[in-house]
Amino acid sequence: MGIRPIALIIAGLAAAGTAWAQDSDEMNIEGLEIVTETEAPEHLENLRTIYSGWRFRTDETQSLQLDDFENPAFVFIDQALDAFDEAGANGNACSTCHENGPEEFAGFTAAMPKVMDGKLTTTEDFLNGHRAETQGEEPWKWSSQDMQQMVALIGLQSRGMPVDVAIDGEAAPYWELGKEMYYTRYGQLELSCANCHEDNYGMMIRADHLSQGQTNGFPTYRLKQAKLISRHNRFRGCIRDTRAETFAEGSDEFRALELYVASRANGLSVETPAVRQ
Amino acid sequence: MKHASVLGLVVALGASHALADIVAPTEVVYENGAVATSLSGAPGDPDSGAEIMNKGAGNCIACHQVSALDHLAFHGEIGPPLDGVADRWSEAELRGIVANAKLTFDGSMMPSFYKTEGFVRLGNAYTGKAHADGEVAPLLSAQEIEDVVSFLLTLTED
Ligand code: HEC
Ligand code: HEC
Repeated sequence: MGIRPIALIIAGLAAAGTAWAQDSDEMNIEGLEIVTETEAPEHLENLRTIYSGWRFRTDETQSLQLDDFENPAFVFIDQALDAFDEAGANGNACSTCHENGPEEFAGFTAAMPKVMDGKLTTTEDFLNGHRAETQGEEPWKWSSQDMQQMVALIGLQSRGMPVDVAIDGEAAPYWELGKEMYYTRYGQLELSCANCHEDNYGMMIRADHLSQGQTNGFPTYRLKQAKLISRHNRFRGCIRDTRAETFAEGSDEFRALELYVASRANGLSVETPAVRQ
Repeated sequence: MKHASVLGLVVALGASHALADIVAPTEVVYENGAVATSLSGAPGDPDSGAEIMNKGAGNCIACHQVSALDHLAFHGEIGPPLDGVADRWSEAELRGIVANAKLTFDGSMMPSFYKTEGFVRLGNAYTGKAHADGEVAPLLSAQEIEDVVSFLLTLTED
């Protein structure tokens, strides 16, 4: 350490005039208050305040998230709404049992991932398991649009609620593994999640404005790719960019990392579906 | 060029081939983080160094601002601006910083550009796949390090 803080201060001074750190915009989606800045949860040792990734984006990108008619993710939300009513292999649709619609899932995503039947379970796992049991259906691929639009539709039902994942009890060993991964310097560039998203959020890395790497807006609609991006796909990309052998989407490692990263956002509002550059 | 201790051994063993002048990543001698002699045995080319600052496995401006490279877009802010860096560090110190900055700055975020071992889950470049067994190439070759160092030596304040 030692020299690092000085280097950062120098870099900060030199950067005066360019955009750095989060902006001070507030988010309100058609009357719904969204918390984009709050005190860091106690288990987060190195940050005092946590911010939504939205606070690091340009005004243009930000504005797309403020109006559901402009938010391109809602095309996929609509498709998921249709899928909710579609009969599966055995004739059952989601709506056969969930008669009150996706609204029944209010609060579900805010607490995910969590341990269910002794296994750390993400929304994707839950959906695939449930599809097999109740509809006799084949699993969806992790980052397929069929999967991610349903994950987004379920997530939307928690929009505005604080992220509140459990890290104790049965979740504790998974959380510890995820934390260890977060601070591991992977690949030939030897960079950890923390190097970019904890030590240097607010800074530019080439053309990218680093956020705290929070997942409260996932699945996010990425303008560059014109589709919904899963949490594990984002993790894979970030690890690949360190010139490392990444982990697979849906791997136990990424489940654990997902829990740990989600816990770093405890207290921020769920923003699903967020819009990113 | 000063050809000091490291190369001395190779020469004493009777190697006369040009490649023998290249110091392998695992053989570099660091003194307080600094490296006294050219890693390639040849002088660097500052124009090529300027290219490496911008592109490929170098991409130094991902993290550093450099006024001399103002014509290029998007300079990062992770590390200190490199203007005047030649006034702050000697050639040997700069060579050591580029080759393995962690020996000068403990725990630095700056990648080690002339290092081939000790990685966690080393990948095959940016494919996300595992590095196949076999020789690991450092991020920059010995000559590329020399090119970058010779460019850095042009960065004086006046
Ligand atoms: C991922 C970020 C990153 C990259 C890429 C990077 N550096 Fe650095 N560099 C740093 C940081 C951070 C420091 C400050 C030392 C510290 O506190 O760790 C630094 C310090 C330096 C210094 C000392 C500067 C001073 O004034 O004290 C030099 C010289 C330097 N880097 C050159 C380079 C060169 C040349 C390259 C490319 C071949 C490069 N850096 C690539 C992050 C980076
Ligand atoms: C070399 C730098 C770097 C490293 C290392 C890195 N990331 Fe990222 N990450 C980025 C950049 C750049 C972005 C896009 C800008 C942003 O949102 O910060 C990003 C975005 C993200 C996002 C999306 C945030 C949003 O609001 O949309 C998440 C989540 C994320 N990273 C998680 C991680 C995790 C987990 C790790 C470690 C496994 C990691 N990152 C490692 C550079 C990095």
